[in-house]
Amino acid sequence: MLMISTGNKAIAAAVKQARPSVVAAYPITPQTEIIEQIASYVANGEVETEYIPVESEHSAMAACIGASVTGVRTFTATSSHGLLYMHEMLHWAAGARLPIVMANVNRAVGPGWNTWAEHTDAFSQRDTGWLQVFVGTVQEAYDATLMAFRIAEDERVLLPVMVNLDGFTLSHIMQSLETVDLGDFIPPTRLPYAIDVKNPMGYGPMTGPDDYFRFRWDIERSMRDARDVIRETEEEFARRFGRKYGPAEEYLCEDAEVVVVSMGTLGKEAEVAVDLLRKEGVKAGSMRLRWFRPFPDLDLKGREVVVIDRDYSFGFGGVVAASLKAKTGIECYNVIAGLGGQEVTYDDIADFVRNRRIGEEMWFGVSE
Amino acid sequence: MSEIPKEEYITTCTAACAGCSSSLSLRYVLKAAGPDTVLVVPACCTSVIQGMYPNTSFNVPVYNIAFAAAAACASGMSKAFKSAGKKTNVIVYAGDGGTVDIGIQALSGAFERGTNFLYICYDNEAYGNTGMQRSGATPLGALTTTTPAGKTETKKDLDQIVAAHNPPYMATACSAYPLDLYKKVKKALSIEGPKFIHILAPCPPGWRYNSDKTIEIGKLAVKTGSWVLYEREYGKLTVSGPSRTALKKPHPIEEYIRAQGRFKKATPEIVAELQQSIEKNLARIKKEEEGIC
Ligand SMILES: Cc1ncc(C[n+]2csc(CCOP(=O)(O)OP(=O)(O)O)c2C)c(N)n1
Ligand code: SF4
Repeated sequence: MLMISTGNKAIAAAVKQARPSVVAAYPITPQTEIIEQIASYVANGEVETEYIPVESEHSAMAACIGASVTGVRTFTATSSHGLLYMHEMLHWAAGARLPIVMANVNRAVGPGWNTWAEHTDAFSQRDTGWLQVFVGTVQEAYDATLMAFRIAEDERVLLPVMVNLDGFTLSHIMQSLETVDLGDFIPPTRLPYAIDVKNPMGYGPMTGPDDYFRFRWDIERSMRDARDVIRETEEEFARRFGRKYGPAEEYLCEDAEVVVVSMGTLGKEAEVAVDLLRKEGVKAGSMRLRWFRPFPDLDLKGREVVVIDRDYSFGFGGVVAASLKAKTGIECYNVIAGLGGQEVTYDDIADFVRNRRIGEEMWFGVSE
Repeated sequence: MSEIPKEEYITTCTAACAGCSSSLSLRYVLKAAGPDTVLVVPACCTSVIQGMYPNTSFNVPVYNIAFAAAAACASGMSKAFKSAGKKTNVIVYAGDGGTVDIGIQALSGAFERGTNFLYICYDNEAYGNTGMQRSGATPLGALTTTTPAGKTETKKDLDQIVAAHNPPYMATACSAYPLDLYKKVKKALSIEGPKFIHILAPCPPGWRYNSDKTIEIGKLAVKTGSWVLYEREYGKLTVSGPSRTALKKPHPIEEYIRAQGRFKKATPEIVAELQQSIEKNLARIKKEEEGIC
């Protein structure tokens, strides 16, 4: 069905189709619309989900954990401070191998109270063991949420998945959305070690160093396996529903001499900048990173790279640029831009490319 | 005692201290609840009593959750069982620290939402797991590792806080009166909605008495009126049998506190204050039971 939707409502629509048994959530701007929409689906009887209006984000994730361990499908959504307040529980969900799906509407972290887009909230959770995908359009928010349930619940993965979308610039803008007839794309949840009173076990007990170490390695092994599961899922999604996704969305990259690497909505803006630059004779391309965990292998050899980071790791550098350098050894021009929702147009991005100084860092609008 | 089933749900490998009344209580709780039960346990002594991976000393599934999160986790679990059409008992077994301090937000939320579960706080009046620091439930004058001169504040009144949420059933209990505890758990689990049982759990290393004295100490708590056994069903309070005598004529508090090393620095003023607060509490309970509020 074709319709017009916000990013938030697209996520709620996908959740409705995935039919989780339990949704526990706590409101925070700009995520609120997602959980309000789900609450109204539940109230109208459009979906058979137990909706738990918890008293905090820590409890939201704890409730999802408690539900998920019984083997049912669960979902929650949050943003910024809500995500940070969940931090302990995020480790718990991944460590307990629970396939919880969560939408995180990326938002700056205070103080400097600010509800606009920034990726620092999600990146500060990068070592929790959650898979993280970043979307660039309303359609992709919907598609990625559907795929998230399937990826998380795959027996080779059994890790939670965070679907990230930019606050306001995606959560609240309207774009066209084509919903799919899901069919059997998401199979019923099967948790191999769901709580079963007929087979009592201890979950999450004290563990000695050797067992603990093995459990950590097992998470990493599943993160590695997740690359295949993600690829297979995205391929099957393309076969069934005609929309193709990959670890990064490449735009005019084949012959590009300079590539802009970015995430979320800035990645879509970068594609327009590339069109502009091509008209000027600059062989530019755009690579929008979709998966941040597991971090994909990107082919950037032999090109100049401009990385736009909508985040910062203080005392170190942009997180995406640093990750790229660590993975590929590639030096880039690292532009820090868009923090707290700062406006960044395609003209600005074209300027970043025109004025690139490989090996340097620049804070847009502050340190030029 | 004949009505208490013989089945054991706490088996070998438990790492509890000798004379631990919290594990004794849990033994009766599980006997009353039966095998169709899941325990939700936050960080506390119970996670130690459970034993170490890959072993478990319990015969029912145990879900370990972070310190602040037990009641919220149980909310999710309870709803999940409901959605799957299962009648499984969801029981939180949490210490006083995980209840009156860090976990109180989740507790309050779950009770306000009407979660169908039984929340049990076993109250050893300190943080046992981390080596006996004070909690909000530590009584006035008691020594802990963070109140080496004796606690200067009074015990937080958890039962009044829970009562303010109007749960359909709440009760107090003590491991020294296992049949009373057993019946209360049975009754609680027969009622739909949020239930609460507060168990006084004497703790030999924490309270500084010999481990063979656990039952005696529990009985002294009840006889002196320091701990009053009662039930509150749909708001109506009924004092339980073992506390009837104390309600009429409590033994002096000295009998209880002199039996424990943790009160050895309690001054006569503190003892008098403890005695006064017992009398006030007993008078309040008496009035409430008689319906004079
Ligand atoms: C967020 C957090 N802070 C601190 C701890 C450390 N910790 C584990 S158990 C515990 C005390 C538990 O005390 P209580 O709830 O009274 O139970 P008891 O150990 O006495 O059985 C503490 C402080 C923790 N696990 N998590
Ligand atoms: S410290 Fe106290 S409550 Fe904890 S196991 Fe030992 S006796 Fe039991």
